[in-house]
Amino acid sequence: MNIPATTLPSPAEQGLNLQGIGSSGEHVAAQPAIEVEGFNAWYGDYHALTNMNIVIPEKRITAFIGPSGCGKSTFLRWINRMNDLVPSARATGTLKLHGQDLLDKATDVVELRRHVGMVFQKPNPFPKSIYDNVAFGPRLHLRMSRGELNQIVEQSLRRAALWEEVKDRLKSPALSLSGGQQQRLCIARAIAVGPSVLLMDEPCSALDPRSTAAIEDLMAQLRNDYTIAIVTHNMQQASRASDYSAFMYQGELIEFGQTEQVFTMPKSEQTQNYITGRFG
Amino acid sequence: MNALMKNTPNARSGRFFKDHLFVIVCLLAAGVCIAVLGVMLASIIVQGMEHLDTQLLQNPPSRKPEKAGIYPAMIGTVYICLVCAVTAIPLGVGTAILLEEFKPRQRTLARLHGVVQLNITNLAGVPSVVYGILGMTAFVELFQVLGSPSDPIWTIGTTDNWYYIQLPFGRGVLAGGLTLMLVVLPIIIISSQEALRAVPNSLRQGALALGSTRWQMVWGTTLPAAIPGIMTGTILAMSRAIGEAAPILIIAGVVYITFTPEHLMDDFTAMPLQIYDWASRPQESFHHVAASGILVLMAILLTFNAVAVIIRQKFQR
Amino acid sequence: MTTITAQSPPALPQGKPKSKALRRVRESCIMAGLIGCGVFSIATTATIIVILAVEAFRFFRLDEVSFWEFISGTKWSPLLGAEKHFGIWPLISGTLLVTLVAMSVALPLGLITAIWLSEYAKPKVRAVIKPVLEVLAGIPTVVFGFFALTVITPGLRWIHEGFGVYNAASAGLAVAVMCLPIVTSLSEDALRAVPRSLREGAFGLGATRFEVAVRVVTPAALSGIVAAFLLAIARAVGETMIVALAAGASPSLTMDPRSEVQPMTGYMVQIFLGDASNFGPEYYSSYAVAATLFLMTLLLTLIGHRVRVRYRQVYE
Ligand SMILES: Nc1ncnc2c1ncn2[C@@H]1O[C@H](COP(=O)(O)OP(=O)(O)OP(=O)(O)O)[C@@H](O)[C@H]1O
Ligand SMILES: [Mg+2]
Repeated sequence: MNIPATTLPSPAEQGLNLQGIGSSGEHVAAQPAIEVEGFNAWYGDYHALTNMNIVIPEKRITAFIGPSGCGKSTFLRWINRMNDLVPSARATGTLKLHGQDLLDKATDVVELRRHVGMVFQKPNPFPKSIYDNVAFGPRLHLRMSRGELNQIVEQSLRRAALWEEVKDRLKSPALSLSGGQQQRLCIARAIAVGPSVLLMDEPCSALDPRSTAAIEDLMAQLRNDYTIAIVTHNMQQASRASDYSAFMYQGELIEFGQTEQVFTMPKSEQTQNYITGRFG
Repeated sequence: MNALMKNTPNARSGRFFKDHLFVIVCLLAAGVCIAVLGVMLASIIVQGMEHLDTQLLQNPPSRKPEKAGIYPAMIGTVYICLVCAVTAIPLGVGTAILLEEFKPRQRTLARLHGVVQLNITNLAGVPSVVYGILGMTAFVELFQVLGSPSDPIWTIGTTDNWYYIQLPFGRGVLAGGLTLMLVVLPIIIISSQEALRAVPNSLRQGALALGSTRWQMVWGTTLPAAIPGIMTGTILAMSRAIGEAAPILIIAGVVYITFTPEHLMDDFTAMPLQIYDWASRPQESFHHVAASGILVLMAILLTFNAVAVIIRQKFQR
Repeated sequence: MTTITAQSPPALPQGKPKSKALRRVRESCIMAGLIGCGVFSIATTATIIVILAVEAFRFFRLDEVSFWEFISGTKWSPLLGAEKHFGIWPLISGTLLVTLVAMSVALPLGLITAIWLSEYAKPKVRAVIKPVLEVLAGIPTVVFGFFALTVITPGLRWIHEGFGVYNAASAGLAVAVMCLPIVTSLSEDALRAVPRSLREGAFGLGATRFEVAVRVVTPAALSGIVAAFLLAIARAVGETMIVALAAGASPSLTMDPRSEVQPMTGYMVQIFLGDASNFGPEYYSSYAVAATLFLMTLLLTLIGHRVRVRYRQVYE
């Protein structure tokens, strides 16, 4: 590690930090949702994440920032074990969701992914109708009547702020939507399963400013119900839309704290350089 | 720039001459290919027109060329291809799914996976006669360990029932169809694998992230997206099965059959076999019947190919 | 901009969760089925090998046969007269002769056509020719056999009287016609897989189209082309109907394309068509021949696999 260990917030300190949030004026103590301790990840011999320690608070938005290749996606993809798809990927340490160790062999990844939804960088709707896209998850997990399913689909689309735009053409193909709409559809699809955590890996990087704004509004709304972890390369987005920010560099977590503090008074010089664009 | 270009006029013109010469060689080569195929088609059509009539389609084979027909062979081909399709498609698509969608992480399993994959490549290269011999030993004779085709150890019904089945199968429709299945299985597997590989990974990730199991991901997402490609590959494989003669020749032999099979164990003949039979006779008049048979066979295959092309074009966006 | 309602959304209605036990049972059953499919393909290979080995062994155990004669003998006369000879070389030479004739025509012609298709032809031309090649590759081989018998052989005999009624050249040329679409199509795939940047780089250095095609693209696609060639060779070696119709039925150790030969596949068909009494030495000899054929194609497949693995290491 290239910064003194003392500047890294210990889990306890982070727990203290969780008291109160400046920007939205709320002062509710947040509970920890995801607790990470001594977490390391590899792709084959390549050490992608080194000794990460972080507590992601429940029902808050946590932004992950850092230069390309620093391991943000890797971290997110371990939280819902998406990296199981990569044959060379492995990890050590503890990664707990609501107290349950996710790296445990006994962890049911299917059940885990039901509780931890993910939205990808490029919108990836299935080549089916809008309705079938949203209904995909509930149909996997629940037995219900047609009416109940219709309701889930409508509620999810409403939450994703897409309902008004698509309610008249639920049966048309999802690929006929615009990029921004497709991304919101993917969010609706993730919500429909009923997750408690949403992982978003650069959800806006393929979108225009208008769709980006729509998704940021949406996040602000979802914030009350979901724990959101978002990766972004857009500093303004991170400072605008998140409650907490984590800066990563070369596989290490350099700084983590309330967004306001990270962006106005970063403790680390590297963070300072990165957010002001003087990096390299 | 001008000066530069003028510096080496000879070298330049020489090089461009080569370029032009090559184009001429290419066109010649393509011309030769087209000419040969043209001659082939023309000769078959010229020879085949004589007997191309409803008699050909309705009659059984005959000792007189003008009366000879291909009807029992057509029905035989339909039967064996049905047996082949019913067995080869599930097996082939299943294997493709196993190889493409269930790649193991564990090292020994991964090695096993590689062995299966290499094995498929090898099976695709095995000559079809060898499959004929395999079918002969495994299906017709059941390894000569349990009874014999003429004295089966186990039967259902009698030879009068349409559902008659015996063990060993004997030189019947079932053995022929299963042997064809062995021939086309690698083709179906490889083309289905290609179709599955063409499905973008983002769809798989999307499905898994919603909490699908592997199989739910395959059934709900990957397979539907790959269906057009799988269908195209399967149709092409089936057209191969329709035209395949060597393995069937070993199973069924060239027999004089004037009836259509009544059950799965019944003797049969198939279109390519009948064509071979006619073509291998010394009399020229039978060659003409063979040409007519080829025209019928090619018409069927062209229809199959056209369907495959249409499917591909319809789903290609 | 999308208007968003400010209140917190209501909780989603929840149906009854599906049974996890049921899911697990279903997944296990499906997994077992899929593994069964994989096992089937392995079992197929294993069965081929066992059958060929066992029956060939039975053949070598017979009194009139010796393994040494089989692999070194130059006379194959299982059906004629009292004295039977089982030396494989005449059959192998028949196969090799037909394959040689076929490949010396199909490989250069196919490669040139492929280069033209990939580097010179307009996209529209290619869009027509590629599907046509696919259709041609699907023509049953018995059709090519018929073509050899009724057109190529008379043609050859018209050109030169030395050609027999059955001859290796005729069969070889028909096999060449059969292999052409395969060689062309697969080589073209390999050529097209060469990245554009390579071509652009060469053009940028002032190369002509011919130079780009022959000096840059073809070498870059070489392993794919070699794999295509090997596949065509394997097809030619295993081709049965054409040789059964046009090559003849008298095995002889010769490299004269005008003479009648009998390739290995032709012999197998002859035996199984019932010329031989069942379970005599002739019958078992066909298994030994099949084993030889299987080994040859297996070798070709393995070489092709090696070449392709190499290719992957270099270009990815
Ligand atoms: N499947 C993989 N196999 C091997 N190495 C990988 C794989 N995925 C990522 N890596 C490596 O791990 C490191 C971290 O990758 P990761 O995708 O997590 O970066 P990131 O921070 O998300 O970057 P970006 O901002 O560009 O998305 C990179 O150096 C990358 O090359
Ligand atoms: Mg990333």
